Amino acid sequence: MNVLLWVWEWFSRPEQWAGSDAIPARFIEHLGYSGLALLLSALIAIPIGLVTGHTGRGGFLTASVANFARSLPTIGVLMLVVLAVGIGLAPVMAALVALAVPPILVNTYEGVRGVDPQLKDAAQGMGMRGGEVLLRLEVPVALPLILLGLRTAAIQVVSTATIAAYVGIGGLGRFIVDGQARQEIDMVVGGALLVVLLAVLVTGLFHLLRRLLVAPGLRQRAAAE
Amino acid sequence: MGDQPLVRWDWIIDNIGDPIGTRLLEHLQLSLTPILLGLLIALPVGIACARWRSLYPPVFTGVNVIYAIPSIALFFLLLPYTSFSPWTAIIPLALYTLAILVPNVVDGLNQVPDHVRQAATAMGFGPLRRLVQVELPVAVPVIIAGLRIAAVATISMVSIASLVGLGGLGQLILTDGFRRQFSTPIVVGIVLSVVLAFLVDGLLVLLQRRLTPWTRGRELGAAARTAAPASARDRGAARTHRGAAVAEPGGPGPDADATGGQGEST
Repeated sequence: MNVLLWVWEWFSRPEQWAGSDAIPARFIEHLGYSGLALLLSALIAIPIGLVTGHTGRGGFLTASVANFARSLPTIGVLMLVVLAVGIGLAPVMAALVALAVPPILVNTYEGVRGVDPQLKDAAQGMGMRGGEVLLRLEVPVALPLILLGLRTAAIQVVSTATIAAYVGIGGLGRFIVDGQARQEIDMVVGGALLVVLLAVLVTGLFHLLRRLLVAPGLRQRAAAE
Repeated sequence: MGDQPLVRWDWIIDNIGDPIGTRLLEHLQLSLTPILLGLLIALPVGIACARWRSLYPPVFTGVNVIYAIPSIALFFLLLPYTSFSPWTAIIPLALYTLAILVPNVVDGLNQVPDHVRQAATAMGFGPLRRLVQVELPVAVPVIIAGLRIAAVATISMVSIASLVGLGGLGQLILTDGFRRQFSTPIVVGIVLSVVLAFLVDGLLVLLQRRLTPWTRGRELGAAARTAAPASARDRGAARTHRGAAVAEPGGPGPDADATGGQGEST
């Protein structure tokens, strides 16, 4: 148990809380990389998922691409892009986007495709056209699933953004990398705990988003079943 | 990368045995052990949860809370206790598979039709024999759907274990490739890891065919449904219109709203 004591001691040192390599600064950096990667992935995956789900075309291709991306080893992608373009933000983003696109894409596609055809008939009966059906019916109904995909992606990104430190840019991974290099286990465990904390915060955030964004009728239906 | 080509075939030929072959075997061992271990734990736990329903919600929440712990963090959190042994990777990876496998075992058993159960009982099968000879075989497609996801997820996650110095193809990428600024081992590592994932996935499909001969040539039942591999990859998605419960690699287990996800659009 003295590992826990060391870690507590590490957290309570004053130098951890001020300066450019202290916990708050690293936390913000980590949040920044993760947020940017999630945003990029959403910008790629959500439109494709919406269109393929709405038209019902390209489903097989979507699934194959997602499958392939899922089986890519993140470390390999990161290192390969580092060798190609050098150290910086680009390799980290390439690796994280490859990781985050599949869950968002597949959930968006499945969510839209799974909308009850009767609902679509009703919407068309009310005079809605293709784009309107998509935006006013399919997106709201699919939203719980889309959010689930985003959350899955977000947690994976937060977890994996740790590798940013291996290619010389900051984030919470620095504590893990530096701690490992200096054989300071308290620092390693402290850094890992901070990543877990961020993952918990992200989970909470998506819980809140679900509350705020999903139509009450859909939420109740989900709860009743 | 300079002026050297992306892939140097002569390096691959020279090193096919030692770094490449050894790392591939390590990778295989580091990923198959957690998958098998996970299955060995998930089967009894899932059977118990299907039998005593009140057990399921707490177990489900438990495995999903573990699933929400980032893998890199978990490797490093275990490091003080396991030091640099394969267990540092095997324990977290096996725990992650539980979040995928336990729900699939439970759902697989729950979707066994009642008349099948009654028929088995009428033929004089006791509870244990009914479970082993009737219920589990009927649940095989759903269980294998889960295994396929767990396998692909684990195989791609093992490469991260190289950061704790555990070998596998990640080590090929890190030490032979990155440290020496040499792209060939990185490409080899990526390609082999992807090929391995697809190979294991394919073998599991074959295994499912072997184990469920009665589904062949018929377009119904769980087999047909679980045959859509990618769509079954994401928990929420698959839960919506399939009986199979599915999750995705490295991701979080929905804790509170996973149960919501279950019924989201059924």
